[in-house]
Amino acid sequence: MAKPKVALYWCASCGGCEEAVVDLAEDILKVVEAVDIIFWPVAMDFKKADVEGMADGEIAVSFINGAIRTEEQGEMVKLLRRKSGLVVAFGSCAHLGGIPGLANFWNRETIFERVYKGVPTMDNPEGVLPQTRTAVAGKELTIPEFWDTVHTLDQVIPVDYYLPGCAPPPDLIMNAITAILEGKLPEKGAVLAPDKSLCDTCPLADSKPEKLSLKEVKRPYEVILDPEKCFLAQGVICLGPATRSGCGERCINACMPCRGCFGPTKGARDQGARSLSFVASLLGIEEEEKMTDEEVEKLIDQIPDPAGLFYMYSLPSSLLRRRIMK
Amino acid sequence: MNEPTIVSFLCNWCSYEGADKAGNARLEYPANIRPIRVMCSGRVDTELVLQAFREGASGVLILGCHPGDCHYKKGNYKTRRRMLLLRKALAQFGVEPERVKVDWVAAGEGERFAKVANEMAETIRELGPLRLPLSG
Repeated sequence: MAKPKVALYWCASCGGCEEAVVDLAEDILKVVEAVDIIFWPVAMDFKKADVEGMADGEIAVSFINGAIRTEEQGEMVKLLRRKSGLVVAFGSCAHLGGIPGLANFWNRETIFERVYKGVPTMDNPEGVLPQTRTAVAGKELTIPEFWDTVHTLDQVIPVDYYLPGCAPPPDLIMNAITAILEGKLPEKGAVLAPDKSLCDTCPLADSKPEKLSLKEVKRPYEVILDPEKCFLAQGVICLGPATRSGCGERCINACMPCRGCFGPTKGARDQGARSLSFVASLLGIEEEEKMTDEEVEKLIDQIPDPAGLFYMYSLPSSLLRRRIMK
Repeated sequence: MNEPTIVSFLCNWCSYEGADKAGNARLEYPANIRPIRVMCSGRVDTELVLQAFREGASGVLILGCHPGDCHYKKGNYKTRRRMLLLRKALAQFGVEPERVKVDWVAAGEGERFAKVANEMAETIRELGPLRLPLSG
């Protein structure tokens, strides 16, 4: 029997998701024994034409990482969708928008102005900006259009499953591949990770006080954290209460608070809003009846960039999706 | 009706009663205010506010018991902090913070309800409808 065909593709991403596949280590041998990788631009020499030459639905599953922010990425994922039985959004950027999604606080014009004119290291006296068409020596060169807004994968094509994380950990990747090969997949649309909050599985959970209170907010660089004690109890914002578990608590074990890369648990519509709500609820809880409005504002002002903090990985998937540009 | 919609979350114990009083007393308040009764203003997660905006609201008015009077003791304090932080985040989204307002209306304060509702309607009328990009 022919082995199932698998494609791996990257869009607006850092390459960490590709690294995550390599991090399967010896397990990758089991994978290539069971499947045929027919398209993987970062590692193998197949071209778009090879995918175009396949029958619709011929690819069993496409793992697509990265957010979608250019015309080319949009075109490629539509092609892969047509040729694939299943599409898995692989990693935070495909799932929620991820770090590239923070660009939704700007648009193409402001990003180009900054990157190609504003930054001190840029030498561009004529102020040339990228154009989709440029005439060079009597020929026309084209590059894909850069969009104003970064999208999640499921805002561009229908997605069957989500593998969360920045990047997804090897055990979840192997579980997903095994489930696909054995046909033991959950209902469509599921996130292939436990539906528990990170706090539930956190190794520091026992040190979390019965009643949490944030008197003062400290940023990670301002304090030497006790690695054995709940970070929220130490005054450092950790998004564990509003973030899905399954990551292996990698950041917590490295003494860094959670920033939410696994996205929300099932049922939450907007991870940033949920995070903002719980942090505001804990902030100044001890003295809340005594505080004047001004004192409350001072407390709130300890969080200089709430939108950037609470939507660090999920801005394009949020209810507002982007900044309104005036 | 062309007035932009204002969703108003009213706490069951004070502000909903206050709105009822305003109605009984035949006080006028704007028809574009859509009341939603919640058990406590502290129940209003910021997610609900954003959902209201996503579904077409141009303003969100959250009314609870006066400080010290919360039926659940401290729900209104939490909403005060939460919405202040949300307003700061909204500014980063290019949404005018004035589109979210928290205020206190007791069960007997029909007139106060009408006044707060009218002021909010005026604020939103001045700001105009909220037009979110990417309505899909």
